[in-house]
Amino acid sequence: MYKKILLATDGSEHSLRTTNHAISLATITADSYIEVVYVKESTQVKSDTLHNWNKVGVMNVQEDKVMGIEEDLQKAGISYKTTVLNGEPGPTIVDYANEKEFDIVIVGSRGLNAFQEMVLGSVSHKVAKRANCPVLIVK
Amino acid sequence: MQNTLTSRKAWFGNIKGDLVSGIVVALALIPEAIAFAIIAGVDPMVGLYASFLISVVIAFAGGRPGMISGATGAMALVMVDLVAEWGVDYLLAATILTGVLQIIFGITKLARLMKFIPRSVMVGFVNALAILIFTAQLEHFEGANWVMYAMVIGALAIIYLFPLFTKAVPSPLIAIVVITIIALMTNVNVLTVGDMGQITQAFPSFLFPNVPFSFDTLMIIFPYSLALAIVGLVESLLTASIVDEYTGTASNKNREAGGQGIANIITGFFGGMAGCAMIGQSVINVSSGGRGRLSSLTAGLVLISLIVFMGDIVSQIPVAALVGVMVMVSIGTFDWGSIRTLKIVPLTDNLVMIVTVLTVVFTHNLAIGVLTGVLLSAIFFVAKISKVKVTKEFKYNRMHYTFQGEIFFASVTELMDEFDYNTENAKEAVFDLTKARLWDDSAIAALDKIVSNLEQKRINVYVVGLNQLSSELRAKLSRKLSAH
Repeated sequence: MYKKILLATDGSEHSLRTTNHAISLATITADSYIEVVYVKESTQVKSDTLHNWNKVGVMNVQEDKVMGIEEDLQKAGISYKTTVLNGEPGPTIVDYANEKEFDIVIVGSRGLNAFQEMVLGSVSHKVAKRANCPVLIVK
Repeated sequence: MQNTLTSRKAWFGNIKGDLVSGIVVALALIPEAIAFAIIAGVDPMVGLYASFLISVVIAFAGGRPGMISGATGAMALVMVDLVAEWGVDYLLAATILTGVLQIIFGITKLARLMKFIPRSVMVGFVNALAILIFTAQLEHFEGANWVMYAMVIGALAIIYLFPLFTKAVPSPLIAIVVITIIALMTNVNVLTVGDMGQITQAFPSFLFPNVPFSFDTLMIIFPYSLALAIVGLVESLLTASIVDEYTGTASNKNREAGGQGIANIITGFFGGMAGCAMIGQSVINVSSGGRGRLSSLTAGLVLISLIVFMGDIVSQIPVAALVGVMVMVSIGTFDWGSIRTLKIVPLTDNLVMIVTVLTVVFTHNLAIGVLTGVLLSAIFFVAKISKVKVTKEFKYNRMHYTFQGEIFFASVTELMDEFDYNTENAKEAVFDLTKARLWDDSAIAALDKIVSNLEQKRINVYVVGLNQLSSELRAKLSRKLSAH
């Protein structure tokens, strides 16, 4: 049923758990494939670069965040592709999911407090509201 | 690895995105350029000309397409004392010398020395910068009336709440427009940009700084130029790395160092203050879709056009609105993540970060802060690796000593003090140096000394397991003892 699965990740530990749900969905349907989407957000990039200052050039700080997920997917033997996009996470994921006509979007819920949610806006809410396909929010 | 853009792509690979983001950046640059000029204690025009000239020159000479440079807070803070004591002409001369030093840094490839700046010093750098930009605003509140406070709070409210509606226009600009309109309509008596200095509606012109061309002048400006050159490169290379990460493309750090130098020389001759890359503006640029050199060029040209054609309006901007923007800049500059990670980062790293911040806050000089931080972390590093572990074990009638660690000037004293000469009944001793390395003459001397101490007790010593570098060094330096 779900052939094209979009797994949105912010590279956090929580998003590794989200991966497990993506894997179990993918194993239900034959020939399904997962596209791991990581959105680079400017303030996050700024603080990551600062905190990995002595590793800059040795590693791609942003891309390396999805390595854990890729390992899990390889282990599970699921075909996947990784895409890195730039912009505001919520709208960027929505646009990509709608444009590429995914069958389902899987996204983690970070659990922000009320104030953070007011200022930052919840990525999972935005995706759930505006994506044209079913959205699985993993708590 | 990241790819470098070809020069054609760096210019014309993203024309539409670069034009749009360049305009956005120009609008965001104006209030900052004026505010940083006020921090430095010079006319707003000195900051505006700097931002125009530097962003235009960097578009051609820089090594990181898509990065925005101009008058910055970090540089403004360094030049405060020079301006206060000697005046703006000395600042222009210092700006030119800063450029010369940065070109030398670029040619000698000194940019790679940046890797000696540890993470904790970089974090301290941005935190100190944020604190100083914030405290520099406090003087505007001295003797201020409630209107001033209301305007600053109003500006901040707009800056942080407006993005909830749209992010197409930079919210600091909206704040400035709204506060200026309110000030004009209510006709309240508040300090405006025009009070801080005349907004000249003209392009900058070439002028030679009016300073005596002498050794004395050089002695006055050199310390400031050196500090400016260092601070400018630190912030520029940090910003370049952030842009590298965001865009996934590589930059030429040495070309950037030289480019910053060329930009500062030209700026100094056209009446602008020394500048460098701007983290905040570069982030605005790449988030607005800017990727190429054209974005920096557009930003500079739009900025000067706005000043030339709309300078009257600019001089009506209340200083309170700029204070609001600067408070936002300081909040955005501060690395809040470093407070969250205080508990998990090693204590020595935290100490280096905090000492860097305190040094800057007390000296008001980011360059001194960086050097102090680098020195302190070097000392911590030496202290950490200067522990040599020696274990002994009795087997086959011999006492086996195993050395583990780096043996060098900082570790030998402790090694000598703690060495256990008691070989029990063994007549022979074996020094296993497989896991150790001899670094310098004090290491050789220490080893010789320990061996000869044992030999005086009529115990033969065999040294084994030296790696090639260590044994070559020992062969060269060891006098007392022949290899067994």
